[in-house]
Amino acid sequence: MTVTTAPLPKTPPRAAFGKIVLNEARLAWRQPAGLAAGVGIPVLLTVIFGELPKFQQSQSSLGGLTYFDVYVPVLAMFATAILALWGLPVPLASYREHGILRRLQTTPVPRAWLLAAQVAVQLCLAVAGLLTVILVGVIAFGAPDAKNPAAMVAACAFGTAGLFPVGLSIAALAPTSATASVIGRLTFVPLMFFAGLWLPRALMPAVLRDISACTPVGAAVAALQDSMQGQFPPAAPLLTLAGYALAFSLLAWRFFRWE
Amino acid sequence: MSQLTAAATTTTRTAGRPAFGPAVEITRLRKAYGSVVAVDDVSLSVAEGEIFGILGPNGAGKTTTVECAIGLRAPDAGTIRLLGLDPRADRDEVRQITGVQLQESALPGKLRVGEILDMYRSFYRHPADTGELIEALGLAAKHRAFYQSLSGGQRQRLSAALALIGRPKIAVLDEMTTGLDPQARRDTWDLIEGVRNRGVTIVLVTHFMEEAERLCDRVALIESGRVTALDTPARLTAQASGGKQVRFRPSAPFDDRLLLTLPEVARVDRDGADVTVTGTGDLVNAVILTLAAAGVAAHDVQLDSSSLEDAFVRLTGPRPQPEGV
Repeated sequence: MTVTTAPLPKTPPRAAFGKIVLNEARLAWRQPAGLAAGVGIPVLLTVIFGELPKFQQSQSSLGGLTYFDVYVPVLAMFATAILALWGLPVPLASYREHGILRRLQTTPVPRAWLLAAQVAVQLCLAVAGLLTVILVGVIAFGAPDAKNPAAMVAACAFGTAGLFPVGLSIAALAPTSATASVIGRLTFVPLMFFAGLWLPRALMPAVLRDISACTPVGAAVAALQDSMQGQFPPAAPLLTLAGYALAFSLLAWRFFRWE
Repeated sequence: MSQLTAAATTTTRTAGRPAFGPAVEITRLRKAYGSVVAVDDVSLSVAEGEIFGILGPNGAGKTTTVECAIGLRAPDAGTIRLLGLDPRADRDEVRQITGVQLQESALPGKLRVGEILDMYRSFYRHPADTGELIEALGLAAKHRAFYQSLSGGQRQRLSAALALIGRPKIAVLDEMTTGLDPQARRDTWDLIEGVRNRGVTIVLVTHFMEEAERLCDRVALIESGRVTALDTPARLTAQASGGKQVRFRPSAPFDDRLLLTLPEVARVDRDGADVTVTGTGDLVNAVILTLAAAGVAAHDVQLDSSSLEDAFVRLTGPRPQPEGV
């Protein structure tokens, strides 16, 4: 039916994606709740814990590590988890709620680009949060120096990959941004408990530690803890995280509602 | 009602210039949500450069019709062509040539007007000039304002700007002036006429009769998922109103039969000293000349001509009145 004769430029222009990302980044900057929760709080806690003398004493119960040493990976994953579980789904649910995804559907741009842009921005924040926590922990307060950056990158990458699809699933299932916010926070709190935010994993009773190893944040903290001591993380936590990544990606893909 | 149903079939109007087909052609559209039939059987054809109104009571299927037309929803049956293109099969091309304003569509509050326009502009192959557009829409001073700080009218105008920034050939505007104050509404009407003068075909969903009367070349009335009338606002009004009304106070008593014998007169009603005559054609002259011949003068003559609003009420029937049941 088309009567076009001359070749037309590719639709939609690729520059459009850059513009969407730019605007999402502006929003993340101007509504800095995600920035505060994902970067500010974990970095602040890192500094506070680093300054506590009791946290800098070697503990035999922690295998010779200090409390600070075991908290650095917990706080690094705090950053990733809050952005994945709360920072990502709240704006996405709000875009659906306010017809922004629908409005975009009437333009040449695929609406999935807005999702991708939001994931990109939240990923950048998560990387900024976890990198700052690790760098401040290692450089300013003498947390174990990795000496194995490949292992650390692997741990962080698997942790992020395991958590972000959970956030996408929350965005898929929550009818409104308010519900997404509640679900996100209600998921975050128990996951952080099992990650060792209130009680380090090493001090947990065996049953809690076993559960912890099965949760995405617990597995990510275990992997990061190992990598910070120079060991490549064992297969178990990485496989757990890969499982979460796969299962929740499918869930989000299957159930995401655009309207 | 039979004459009105007949009117619905006279969909063709000779376009002012030779067109290679209608801008919008909807044939036997049907769409149900589960067991609820939103659109039962809608056919209509919009000529290029026309401002076409879609009117109807709430829940009549106006928005669903429009949503199918722009490809947001897949019809259950029927065909839709926008300048010959299928909105779903030729999706990419259709989205380049259509500009849409949706009901209940917000934008992120913390983005500036200029940032939103700049982003939407990047979506299209041949976008309009942002500066000119916001000048025309009276938003130039708001270029750096956050969306959340805009008034309802300004938001509507931004929404219109976004519908037009891709320089569409067809603009679909759903309840564009709802929630605007009268001045903002009139400004928006001027804008719509300006856009049409640039050759854009406009499909306007509205429930303001005044708006349809003022702007639309033709109007389709949709009720319970069907087109029940389709014509120019003037003809629709004339058909549905059953004629004109003249009110006056006679200087002396007279017999109703004096007027009822006139071909122009359909009814004579009395309300105290006032007389109301309903009829068609050159009613005022016929009534006044006849009365004068009988030695009766008509004082305080008032002519009520029906509006599209009257026609709408007549066509769609009385609204359900809770206390009337």
